[in-house]
Amino acid sequence: MAESDTADPSRRDFLYIATGAVGAVGVTAVAWPFIAQMNPDAAALALATTEVDVSSIAPGMSITVKWRGKPVFIRNRTPAEIEAAKAVPLSDLRDRTARNANLPDDATADDANRGVAGNEALIIMIGVCTHLGCVPLGQQGDYGGWFCPCHGSHYDTAGRIRQGPAPENLQIPPVAFVSDSVVRIG
Amino acid sequence: MIKPLYKYEPKNGFTRWLDARLPVLTLIHGSFVVFPTPRNLNYWYSFGAILTVMLASQIVTGIVLAMHYIPHTSLAFASVEDIMRNVNFGWLLRYLHANGASFFFIAVYIHMFRGLYYGSYKEPREVLWILGVLLYVLMVATAFFGYVLPWGQMSFWAATVITNLFGAIPLIGESITTWLLGGFSVDSPTLNRFYSLHYLLPFMIAGVVVLHIWALHVPGNGNPVGIQVRVPQDTVPFHPYYTVKDGLAIVVFLFVLAVVVFYQPNALSHPDNYIPADPLKTPAHIVPEWYLLPFYAILRAVPSKLGGVLALGAAIFVLFLVPWLDTSRVRSATYRPIYRQFFWIFVITCVGLTWLGSQPPEGGYVIAGRILTIYYFLHFLVVLPVVGLVEKPKPLPASINDPVLPPGESVRQAAE
Repeated sequence: MAESDTADPSRRDFLYIATGAVGAVGVTAVAWPFIAQMNPDAAALALATTEVDVSSIAPGMSITVKWRGKPVFIRNRTPAEIEAAKAVPLSDLRDRTARNANLPDDATADDANRGVAGNEALIIMIGVCTHLGCVPLGQQGDYGGWFCPCHGSHYDTAGRIRQGPAPENLQIPPVAFVSDSVVRIG
Repeated sequence: MIKPLYKYEPKNGFTRWLDARLPVLTLIHGSFVVFPTPRNLNYWYSFGAILTVMLASQIVTGIVLAMHYIPHTSLAFASVEDIMRNVNFGWLLRYLHANGASFFFIAVYIHMFRGLYYGSYKEPREVLWILGVLLYVLMVATAFFGYVLPWGQMSFWAATVITNLFGAIPLIGESITTWLLGGFSVDSPTLNRFYSLHYLLPFMIAGVVVLHIWALHVPGNGNPVGIQVRVPQDTVPFHPYYTVKDGLAIVVFLFVLAVVVFYQPNALSHPDNYIPADPLKTPAHIVPEWYLLPFYAILRAVPSKLGGVLALGAAIFVLFLVPWLDTSRVRSATYRPIYRQFFWIFVITCVGLTWLGSQPPEGGYVIAGRILTIYYFLHFLVVLPVVGLVEKPKPLPASINDPVLPPGESVRQAAE
């Protein structure tokens, strides 16, 4: 064996390194589809939009619609709820960004940036608690907004996190009025 | 380590032929027939055998249930009801599987507390302990995937909450959650992959069990006295002494399981899981299965998403470190007067966390949960290292025979 170790070391070294390198690239290349197959497929990615007639929602009424498999809350807030939300100074908020897909990422969480543009009474939010994904219950909790029964997160009347383990305000999806009464989500 | 009293000798032509080519009979004989086992093991040491039987039972009932179950969101709940009402003995198989999971966890918790009491994790059995914690983690994952399959309300919301735990990871959390779900919410792709993994993991558990037993058989069993086996008289062959003792324990354990399966089959589960999954409505009060409640209480004790998830992970991870956190050189709590008291305080803490995990997250429950969570970690990070250093252990007996045999008997036997 001693002779073969010294006979042509560069040739064996080359094969060793080349095989190892090709093997490593090969394993990575093969792993990719096995990992990627778990991501959402084309059907799930096809961006669904939902159109909702909001004209029949009286003040103080809420409806829940389904968008991308998730519940979306649409609430026509009462004047008292709007006043309560407006009265909160920004410094009292746990999460000071609007989390509104229709606004820039750094928009502040003022009540005006949470409601639907052009109709401050209307608020449209994804009804998924930003803690661990439960559906909060409406008009409950210490701030009269939404309360998540799973782990006790309290949201105010503008869907902003005020107390509990959730880190962010309820997300606002892309929304636009397609007519005076119909709003498109997505 | 003590050598077996005699070596395996194949008795006939076939076994001689086989053993010369693959010494599997020698291996089985050495591991489960003549294996030298301390003569003083009590019934707390039977739970390893009970766990092996429960794993086999879960795999067998699971394989036949898989012949009837359909992993699709529109059919999963109905197929489980079909198993309960139409499949021959389907009710029995499903109740055995569902309650079997609970009893699997009862056995594993007794097994783990036994290890903590008798210091089973100490040198030279650290790897044995680590493999055990790994088995526990695999059991938790398997049980979680299985709980999602009936597609009831608790199934759906358990899947939602647990997958959202990964969303707490900074920056990449959202992408990981989406990747795990195969969509933007828990849906058919999620159910299908959980079913695939629920079928896979038990066989991985079986593989790690083989390593666990291997790691047990290198140093040999610990024992309630906690001192090493020294002479052959300290041991008895595994068969018939412990096949009979473990056999009796298994029969009694299965008897209790049968009582629950036949008389209280839903006592350990939650009625909300008989409501079909509804993605738009979270049940007013969601809880995991009882065996995960302590960790759920720890998750909720921390008033921050990332913090809660980290505490939950740390509560399990700290178990891996136990062999190095305990500084005492004495294994058995029988000879550790201070540690023994802290052990029972820790047991009460775990029972308390289990109860708190089942209560709503408000008021005094949250405060109590925080106190017990802090104590849970104090036990591992402060009590284990400090007590080992300051405690004066009781004198250990000279031989593991001393506590069980009349005075002088072990000396007489050793002299023979």
